[in-house]
Order: sequence, then structure tokens, then C-alpha cells
Amino acid sequence: MDNGLKKFSRSQLVVPLFSLFLLIVFNLIRDVGFFSVIVTTNNEGNTVLSGNLISILNGASELAIIAIGMTLVTASSGGQDISVGAAAAIAGSVFVRVLRENQITMPIILAAFLAGCVVAIIFGSFNGTLVAAFKIQPMIATLILFTAGRPIAYWINGGATPTVSSSLLNYIGSFIPGIPIPTPIIIVIIFGVLVSLVLRFTNLRLYTQAVGINERSARLTGINAAGIKLLSFMILGVCVAISGSIGVSRIGLINHETLLLDIEMDAILAVAIGGNSLGGGKFSLTGSVIGAYIIQALTITLYAMKVSSTAVKAYKAIVIIAIVIISSPIVKEYALRLRGRLLGKPKEVTENQ
Amino acid sequence: MISRNFSAAISGGKREPISNTGLLLSITICTFIGMYVLAMLIWGGGFLNPQQFLDIFNNNAFLIVISCGLTVVMIAGGIDISVGGITALVTMACVVYLDDHGGSVIGSMGLALGIGAAFGLVQGILISYLDIQPFIVTLAGMFFAKGMTTIVSVAPRTAVHEAFVAFKQFRIVIPGIGSFGKSGNFIPAKIEIGVIAAIAVVLAVTAILKWTRFGRNLYAVGGNKQSALMLGINVKRTKFYSHLLSGFLAGIGGYVYLLHTGAGNASNATAAEMQAIASAIIGGTLLTGGVGNAIGTLFGVLSLKNINNIVIASGLREPYWQSITTGLILCFFILLQSVVLALRGKGSFNQQLPEWLKFRDKEDSKDLTS
Repeated sequence: MDNGLKKFSRSQLVVPLFSLFLLIVFNLIRDVGFFSVIVTTNNEGNTVLSGNLISILNGASELAIIAIGMTLVTASSGGQDISVGAAAAIAGSVFVRVLRENQITMPIILAAFLAGCVVAIIFGSFNGTLVAAFKIQPMIATLILFTAGRPIAYWINGGATPTVSSSLLNYIGSFIPGIPIPTPIIIVIIFGVLVSLVLRFTNLRLYTQAVGINERSARLTGINAAGIKLLSFMILGVCVAISGSIGVSRIGLINHETLLLDIEMDAILAVAIGGNSLGGGKFSLTGSVIGAYIIQALTITLYAMKVSSTAVKAYKAIVIIAIVIISSPIVKEYALRLRGRLLGKPKEVTENQ
Repeated sequence: MISRNFSAAISGGKREPISNTGLLLSITICTFIGMYVLAMLIWGGGFLNPQQFLDIFNNNAFLIVISCGLTVVMIAGGIDISVGGITALVTMACVVYLDDHGGSVIGSMGLALGIGAAFGLVQGILISYLDIQPFIVTLAGMFFAKGMTTIVSVAPRTAVHEAFVAFKQFRIVIPGIGSFGKSGNFIPAKIEIGVIAAIAVVLAVTAILKWTRFGRNLYAVGGNKQSALMLGINVKRTKFYSHLLSGFLAGIGGYVYLLHTGAGNASNATAAEMQAIASAIIGGTLLTGGVGNAIGTLFGVLSLKNINNIVIASGLREPYWQSITTGLILCFFILLQSVVLALRGKGSFNQQLPEWLKFRDKEDSKDLTS
């Protein structure tokens, strides 16, 4: 066996990539043209790409961005932030509020986004402080904002679901004229590259993993463990603000009850499907992003199979359970032992473990 | 802290300081009573009416039941967020069974318990024997239950089965207490059957936690899995039974919900899992495991729901105020627990208190002074 291949077969990306591959194959068998991308002209006269593949990539944008932040939080604190949906609603409300009080121009959109960012970072720091300074379990600490977040979003816009309409906003939510790829996909790519550059050229990855694996020893080696945890929650705040702004731009209104509903669950799933331990430590952003696309692909596949939107959850649950069972260490070990017995190479099995 | 907590839990001797479980429990009970007395003094009116107090039970009996299940799981260091979904599924399945398939009341009870136990069984196996994270398994369980609810029936259904409706409308009159209506007639206070079930569940879970080997194992496993293993406790089996019990109680909770509303609906018990977690936390259960109590959880539910009454009584009728105040109360309790436990862990908290407030039994302080 090739050495590179062997290394790959032990990587945590095997199961997510394999699941994605299976989903694609399944779709191709079911309908050969499932992934065909068509060039069409939309209502505004732009040449745009459309098709199931594009709608999967486009639809998973918010989830992919939040999954990136959630991975960092999971890695550093060993817990998950369940308030991201609520925080996104708050950031989106701030975004809309600033837009509504001004003439919509590009700088104003940027300013509105930054305002949303600042608010989301403040709420992220609130969660982060509870986790880092008061040593509260992340899920419990963020339960506070989970409960109170959407009502706060409701309150920001004076208890209404205001709409904002502007062609400039459509540039963010759908297409920029002349570019056939939906803007959210481009935003995900830019953000993903940015985060991976930060991780590559700073110590953030190392420190985050150190804190997640053993907080005490990280502190003893001079890492500011509480600071790293707080930072990861603040980064998640930025992710949440980006997702919230995209979500608002897509439909041109803020509905505090339904904006990015249940995204916290999907984001945690994306992290888990990506092969990351939910107990913190080593992490792979690629895995989480793949996880996000798996979830979206699954949803679109089920819709294409004429499953009603409310029943999708049940099928999703079965697939998720199948994925986590395959990737659970005990099943993996058993499979390795089985393979060893079948191939008669018990020595390699012990090496693999 | 863990060893102290554990030894206090085992011996319960008089010379031991109050255990973490006991301390958090007493904080919760005092807060609830204080809150209620304050509400009675300030707003009087409805708060003086015994029926309003009992209505907290009537409306939230199912929440009490599922919160007890969550308490058990959380004491063992796990989490179960499928309980709300199971509740919704049970209500829908029972209504469809009663109305469309000519079921009996007893049969529907069996169905409810069966659904709950089946969820608990599968989730328990996956979590304890395949070592998959409880959050993911029960999240999938929630998705599955909610999806199945709409597969059973998309439209909301109301039960019309005669025997069931009669059973549902049965009220137990509590003799001696009640209020006077506008025309001066005496209206006795009533409770629903679900409340009896909820109280029975609380008592049963308390008894299990306190007096059975399984219950004591739960605290040991949640306190420190490694030491529990060293003590010869079957950690996997304990975790498995905790999830089985939680699923079973969610089944009961679903039936109690159905007894209250009489309708099956996919949006039944939405976000109930988070309310149940919040109630358990307010009741003094730690998500880290090893600390908790079913009586505390009961008071957690009561406190959480009493806040809503107080918010409405104080004139903030907008629905969002309830969520915001719930968040604030949760924040208060979480911070309080964190601070109290951190100070106790360092051992400095007790020394800073004046003599009469120290967490010691009376005989103990006599020994100290003499």
C-alpha cells in the first residue's frame, strides 16, 4: 500500500469524505442529471449558474461559516455553543436596523455588517467569559443566550419583522452582476481561506489544540488558556455575524423567529460528522466544512426525493446515526480486527491501533 | 472536591459538611419560596389563589416528568435532548392510535411507554456500548422523533376517543382549599391526573437516586468515571440504564402532556428539552455530573414557571419578556452555582462566613465552640 494512501486512511477525513462520496454516487444512480449545472438568466438579467450542485453549495454557506467557528470553540473549550442561531438573529437584526435608518449604499452595508459583528462579538464574549472565567460548561453557559437571544433580536427592531430591499443587498444574498457564482459561495471561500491563513501563520491552531487537550498543562506552559477560549468564542461571534448578514440579505427581511433556525444543531452535527471530537482537542476545519456540505446535500437529496420538508428530519437522523456509528472508535477497531482476521495479518492490526 | 462530594454522598454522616447536592437544593428551594412569598406580598391577587399555584403543576406536569429523566442522565454526566421530540411523538402516536385504530386507554399508555423505552434503549446502546457522544445521539433521536411525528400525521389532531376524553377530563378535587368566585361560591382547587403521575415520578426517581445501588452508581459515574471504574462499578451499564430511564420517563411525559392538552401536534413540547435542562440546572444539577436531585428539579420547574407568572403580573405582557427573564434567572443560577462551588472547592468560602452561617450541623459547631 502506498504510504500516502495509508496515512490518508487513518485521517479523520476518511469517513466524512466517504459519506459525501456515497451521497454523490447515490444521487447519480438515482438521477444521472442530478449534478448537472445549467447556465441560465435570472430575473435581473444576469447570467447565472443553477442546478442542484449550486443550490447545495449555496444553501450550506451559513452553516459552513458557523461550523468553522464552532470547530474552534469545540476544540478549545470541549463544549458547544448552542446560542449561534439566536446570536445570528441578533446580528441580523442589528444589520437590518442600521440599514433601515440610512440610505443603503455600499459603505452603509459595510458599516451595518460591522455593527452586527461588534454586537455578535460582545455576545460571544459574554458566552466566552462565562466559559473561560467562571468555568461553566459551554452548553449551559450558552443556554442563557439561547433562551433570551431571539427575544432580544425581536426587541432590537421594535417587535416587527422589517424588510429591507435594495439591489445592493441582493449582491450579497444572491449574485453580483457579471459573476455567475452565488455570492455566499464566494464569501465562504474567502472566509475559509482567511481562517486557514490565520491558522497557518499564527500559533492559534497549536494553542487551541493545547488548551483543548489539556487545559492545565497548556496553562503551565505559559498559554493564556482563558484568553484562547474567549478568543474562540469571539471568532465564532464574527462567523455568526457573517452568517446572519447573509441570511438577511438572501430574503431581504429579518424574521427573528426563523432566521437560521436550528442551525446550532446542524453546526454541531457538522463538527461531529467532520470527525472532530466533541470533547475538544485536535480539530480539522476541512472536516467540519465537509460535514456542513454533507448535511445540506442530504437535505437537498431528500427534497429531490419528494420527502416532505417536515419529515426530512427523520431520514436525516438515520443517516447521521449511520455516519457516527461508522466513525465511532469501537466500530472502527472491530472492523480493523475483522479485516485482520480475514486477511490473516494480525500484526498490522496492532500497528494501526 | 469530587472525593469530598462523593464521601459526603456515601456517608451522610453528621460531621460531614452539607454535600454539594444538598447545598444547591436548599438554595433552589429557598429561592422558590422567597420568590413566591414576595409575589404574594406584592401582587397578592392571583398568587393568593391556591388554584393558581396548583396550575403551575397542572400546566407543567409533563415538564416535571421529563426533567426528572434529564436529571438522572445529567447526574451520570450525560445529556439527553431527545425528550421534547419523544413527547411530541408520543402525543401524536397515541391520538392516532386511539382515534384511527380503535385503541384502548390502557393500550395507549402501553404505546407511550413503549415508544419512550424504545428510544431510551437504542440511544442507551449507542451511547454506552458504542461510545458515541450523547449529544449527537440524542440530537439525532430528537430529529427522528420530530420527523416521525409528522410522518404519523402532518395535521394536528385532537383526541375524540370517549373513554380517553373522560379520563383526560377527570379532576381530583383537593378538599379544604380553594377560592371564592365572583358570586361568592366556593370553587375547590383541582388537579389533573398528570400531576399525580408527575409527583409519583419525582418520588420514585428520588428514591432510586437515594436508596438503590443504581442510583448511587449514577453519582459515582458522574463524579469521576475513572474512579467509579476502579471501584468496580459497571460504568457502561449504569450509563445505559440512565438513558433507558430517561427515554421511559419521556414516554410518560408525553402521555402526561396528552392528558393535559388532549391533542397530538408536531409542535407540541417545542424546546421542552432546553426548558428541562434549565429546570434541572436551577434545581442544582450540574451538567458535569455527580451532583443533583429530583426534588431540586421539581423546584427548578416551579421556579422557572413561577417567573412567567410574576412577569405577567408585573405588567410585562409582551411574550419576549418571559424568555428574557428566564434567561436572566438561568444566568443568575448558573453564576451562583459556579461561584459557590468554586469557593467551596477552595475551602475558603466556609471560613469567611460568620459562625452562625457555617455549613455545619449544630452538634458539629457545638464541638467547635466547646
